[in-house]
Amino acid sequence: MAEPALKPASDEILLSVNNIEVVYDDVILVLRGVSLDVPKGRIVTLLGPNGAGKSTTLKAISGLLGTEDGEVTRGNITFMGEEIANRAPEEIVRRGIFQVMEGRRIIEDMTVIENLRLGGFTRKDGGAAIRNDIDMVFDYFPRLKERVGLAGYLSGGEQQMLAIGRAMMARPKMILLDEPSMGLSPLLVKEVFGIIEKLCKDTGVTMLLVEQNARMALKIAEFGYIMESGKIMLDGPKEDLVNNEDVKEFYLGGDKERKSFKNLKSYKRRKRWL
Amino acid sequence: MISSSLIPCGQFKTSYGADTTIFLTPASRNFCLLGILVALAAPLVLSNYLLALLIQIGYFGIAALGLNILVGSTGQISLGHAAFFGFGAFASAWLNNGFGVPVLLAIPLAGVMTTLLGLLFGIPAGRLKGLYLAIATFASQFILEDFFSRANWFTGGSSGAQAAPINLFGYEVDGDKGFFYVVLFFVVVMYVLGANLLRTRDGRAFVAVRDHYLSAEVMGINLTKYRILSFGISSFYAGVGGALYGHYLGYVSAEGFTILLSIQFLGMIIIGGMGSVMGTLMGTAFMVLLPEGTEAAVSTIKHFTGDIPALTNALAYIKEAAIGLAIVLFLIFEPDGLVHRWRLIKSYWKLYPFSY
Repeated sequence: MAEPALKPASDEILLSVNNIEVVYDDVILVLRGVSLDVPKGRIVTLLGPNGAGKSTTLKAISGLLGTEDGEVTRGNITFMGEEIANRAPEEIVRRGIFQVMEGRRIIEDMTVIENLRLGGFTRKDGGAAIRNDIDMVFDYFPRLKERVGLAGYLSGGEQQMLAIGRAMMARPKMILLDEPSMGLSPLLVKEVFGIIEKLCKDTGVTMLLVEQNARMALKIAEFGYIMESGKIMLDGPKEDLVNNEDVKEFYLGGDKERKSFKNLKSYKRRKRWL
Repeated sequence: MISSSLIPCGQFKTSYGADTTIFLTPASRNFCLLGILVALAAPLVLSNYLLALLIQIGYFGIAALGLNILVGSTGQISLGHAAFFGFGAFASAWLNNGFGVPVLLAIPLAGVMTTLLGLLFGIPAGRLKGLYLAIATFASQFILEDFFSRANWFTGGSSGAQAAPINLFGYEVDGDKGFFYVVLFFVVVMYVLGANLLRTRDGRAFVAVRDHYLSAEVMGINLTKYRILSFGISSFYAGVGGALYGHYLGYVSAEGFTILLSIQFLGMIIIGGMGSVMGTLMGTAFMVLLPEGTEAAVSTIKHFTGDIPALTNALAYIKEAAIGLAIVLFLIFEPDGLVHRWRLIKSYWKLYPFSY
C-alpha cells in the first residue's frame, strides 16, 4: 500500500479515498485497497493500463457502482469530511461531485442547450443563473454556440466539449473526468485539455482526471496516481512522475533507442510492478 | 413567392431558444390553429357516424398520449394501459353517481384518481427494466380487470356502471355534436400540456432516463422517482381519456378493457411515432380508421364478387388481423412512425422541384 505523499499543509483535502475494496456481483474483487487524496482546486490524474480499475474508482466515488451491481466493501470515501461510499448517485451529485462519463454519453435526441439545461438539473437557483451559466459554457466552448440542432449530430470532440460543459452547468465542487481524450484527434485533445486546465484555474473547480494519454494528463495535472491491477503502485507530484524512469518507460515512451525484447531487465522491472 | 409558400424555406434558427419552442415554425403553429378551427366547424357538416369516429379518436388519442409519454419519452413499457383507461371510466362514473360530482369536474378528478393508482403500480415497476417491467405491467392489467369484475361498490361488478351524460350550466350535452366539443376541448388542453411537458425540466429528465439512464443518474436524476412519476402522468392521461369514453357511451362495462385494448394503445404510438406528440394523434386516427377501412374494403370486394359467406363471417377476425399486420408492417418499414413520413413529405415540398 503506497501512502499518499505529503502535500503542502495548507492544501485542503476535498476528496479522500481510504483503502477501498470494490467487489462486483459479490464475487469479483476489482479494487484491492485504493487510497487517494484530491486537494481542493487542483487537477489530480489517475493513470494506468486497461483494466487497472481507474473507471471503477471513479464509479465508486460517484456512486454509479450500485447500478452495475458493484459495492464498496471496505474502506471509506470522504468528501468535505462526510462519508459518501455506497450512496445514491443523485445524492452525490447534490453534494457537488459530477462525473463526466467515458464515451461522453450526451443525450443525442436533445439540442445542445437542452443537454446543458439537463446538466443543471439539481440546481435550485433559478432560470437567470442557469442562462448565465449557459453563456459561460459558450464562452469556454465558442463552437458549441454555433451548432443548432440535435446533439447527436455533433462531432466527437464537440460532444466531449458538451459533456464537460454539461458538468459545469451543475456548478460542482469537483468534476470526475473519465478519459476525455478518448477517440479525439491529437489537436482536439490539446484543445480540450487546454480548456480543462483553464476551467480549473478560472473557477477553482477540483478535477480528478482518469486518462490513458499519460503524457497529456501529466501536462495539466499537478499530482498523479498510477494504478495497476486494482492497486495504486506509485504516486507523486507531476515532476517526480515525469522524471521517474519506470513511468517514462511504461507510460510515456519516446526513448531514442529501440527497446529489445531480449532485454529481460525491463521485463523483470515490470514484474515488480504487478 | 417564398412568403406565400405554405412551407417556406430559408427559415434558419439563430438561437437555441427558437429550436425548443412548441411549434418549430410559424407555419406549423398557424396550421394547428387552423386545424382547431376546422374541427370546431366539423359538427356542422359531418354526419353523426363520422363525428362518432372523431370522438373516438379524441378520447383514445388522449390516453395514447399518456402511453407515449411513458413509452416514447421515458423509455418504459406498459402492457396495462387499457386497465388504467378503464379505471378512469369507472372512477368518473362512481364520482358522479355516488357523490353527485358534476361530470365535467368528475372527468379531471377521475384522472387524478387514476394517477394515484398509476403511482401505486409504478412503485414496483419503477425498479424494473425491459422484459421484467413488461411482465409487471401485464400483471397490473389482470389485477385491475379482476378488480373491475369484483368491486361491486365501485364498478357495479359484472353488470357495469351507468355514466351520466355531461351537464353544462343546466343544459344536458346530448348527442354527438355536443360531446364532440367537450372532447375537442380536452384534446386541445391535454395535448398542449403534453407538448409543454417535454420542454420542462421534468420532460428533459424523462428523455435522459430513456436515452442514457447512467448519464441521467450522474446528472442527479433519481431514476426510480422519474420512472414512477412517468407512470403517474401516463395514468392521468389514461384516466381522463377513459372518463370521456365512459360518459360518451353512457355505460361502462368491465369487459371493455382487456389486454387487446392495451396492445392497440401500443400500436397507436408505434404507428404514430414514439415520443412524438403530433404522431400520437396520427397513430390514433390510423388505428381507429383502420377497422372501418377494412370493412369498406371487404364490402367493395363483395360488391364485385357477390356475397361470400366465409368473408362475412371472418370480418371480425380480419379487422383484428389488420391491426396486427399494420403494426408489423410499420415496425419493418417505418419504425419512426407516421410522423416521420409526414416530416419527409414536408421537407420534400420545402424545396420542390429541387431534391436538395
